[in-house]
Amino acid sequence: MREILCHKVASGFASGPAMVTRMAISFLGNVDPRTGVVIDPGHELFGQSISGKVLIFPGGKGSTVGSYVIYQLKKRGLAPAAMINLRSEPIVAVGAIISGIPLVDRVPDDVLRVKSGTLIEVDSDEERIRILDTIPTGSK
Amino acid sequence: MYLSRDEEAIYRGDKGETLRRMMEILVALGDIYGAERLVPVRSVQVAGVSYKNIGDAGLEWISDLEGQVVVPSVLNPAGMDLYCWNDMGISKQFATKQQETIEAYRSLGVTIDCTCTPYQIYSHLAQEGDHLAWSESSAVSYANSVIGARTNREGGPSALAAALIGKTAMYGYHLDINRLPSHVIQVKADLVGSDYGALGFLVGKQVGDGVPLFLLRSTPSRDELKALGAAMAASGSVALYYVDGVTPKPPESGYDHKGCENISIEREEIEAVYAEHKGEDADIVALGCPHCSREELERIADLLAGKKVAKEMWVCTARKIRDACPDLVARIESSGARVFCDTCMVVSPATERFGKMMVNSGKALVYLPGLGGVNAAFGSLDECIDVALGRRRA
Repeated sequence: MREILCHKVASGFASGPAMVTRMAISFLGNVDPRTGVVIDPGHELFGQSISGKVLIFPGGKGSTVGSYVIYQLKKRGLAPAAMINLRSEPIVAVGAIISGIPLVDRVPDDVLRVKSGTLIEVDSDEERIRILDTIPTGSK
Repeated sequence: MYLSRDEEAIYRGDKGETLRRMMEILVALGDIYGAERLVPVRSVQVAGVSYKNIGDAGLEWISDLEGQVVVPSVLNPAGMDLYCWNDMGISKQFATKQQETIEAYRSLGVTIDCTCTPYQIYSHLAQEGDHLAWSESSAVSYANSVIGARTNREGGPSALAAALIGKTAMYGYHLDINRLPSHVIQVKADLVGSDYGALGFLVGKQVGDGVPLFLLRSTPSRDELKALGAAMAASGSVALYYVDGVTPKPPESGYDHKGCENISIEREEIEAVYAEHKGEDADIVALGCPHCSREELERIADLLAGKKVAKEMWVCTARKIRDACPDLVARIESSGARVFCDTCMVVSPATERFGKMMVNSGKALVYLPGLGGVNAAFGSLDECIDVALGRRRA
């Protein structure tokens, strides 16, 4: 297990399998609010569902309506379990807060090298991320 | 970021979940932008009103909120005239969603004034030196530049957070250090009316998010300053500017213009904005971006006196201004033009049924092609009226 210090943006505690991308995410346009699937063919995560994942990405971009899209995902049970940014910007920060999704930032860049699927625990109030064991292949 | 004992208690959740999240928004933004503390605001103008912009996602969030605003709060323009939406060609379906959005804001205690010019109807919302949390880009520019108040350009949730808490994070334009001029703009032409919109259209592109200081030959009126700021906030993201000898001055330390980039604007450049956006073939004329003042309505009424428009023509203003001058509205509408409130051509989906819209606004000129799905032409007020009347200019 590896523990990483971070900075709290939106409070809460959650764990789940990591989903990692080096590309910024524009929730308005990149993610379908009805399914939680990344629908932008130009995005690294195209075709994958972000639901229940610990979504690790550099930060948000695009329209401020993206905050509301995060909220819609949460209400439909399709939101990420938690999010980790290198640097949070207002769209994702506000989206996470209004939705009650734990969000932390100010982590070292190498967090983007965590393998997707690795079990991650985000403890926002304690400002700690714990990288736990890799989930065995085949499990969900 | 420093929080007082009371603020800390809200942040912990002692005053309930809604306020806890609202405080979390203020703290998160304060952290992102390096604020040292919160500052009380005199008023709030809330973004995220037009259903066209926020969609079901935004409507859902606003409808779920509980609480009451603690400072005077008004709204950005909506996607339609809240009463005459049918006359604008708005669908029943859109109207229902827009009304739901408005009702959700009403239940939070927000005053239902949907306008980009709240300063034209209420003087108590913003005075020199006040801290505000306003949203609409032209209103932000006017408040910072012409009134001398201090506000960043807030998004929907951050504005509502300020309204419910009564404070905002103190960063950006709240601080002297960010209110110093970055560019000195020498304008070598006498300007009038829509020339200021053309000037803003040009300068916004060149200065981006800078703070221009203008040296002008002519003395702009409040309406002309409104047009200048609106255009710069659209073609660039200018939220504060100065006009030497006209607006409140920059903080003392910034008054020597040291380190400023110099830009000079000639008459030909202003003329080119008109020449590149000719409008004889427009199928609609729309005025009131930003919302018309009483003086502007008077001018329009005079130009239309005794005449009939040959094309559709909209005049957009705040409902309180319309209600305060029914005589002017009647004079304008007797020409066949319509005076619409609560909305404008930039935020309403009603523009989509037109091919080319003629405006006298540098801001509308920037936004119409992308946001409104309609080509834009630009002219002076007189030229716009001529086009609406179907008159050819000699």
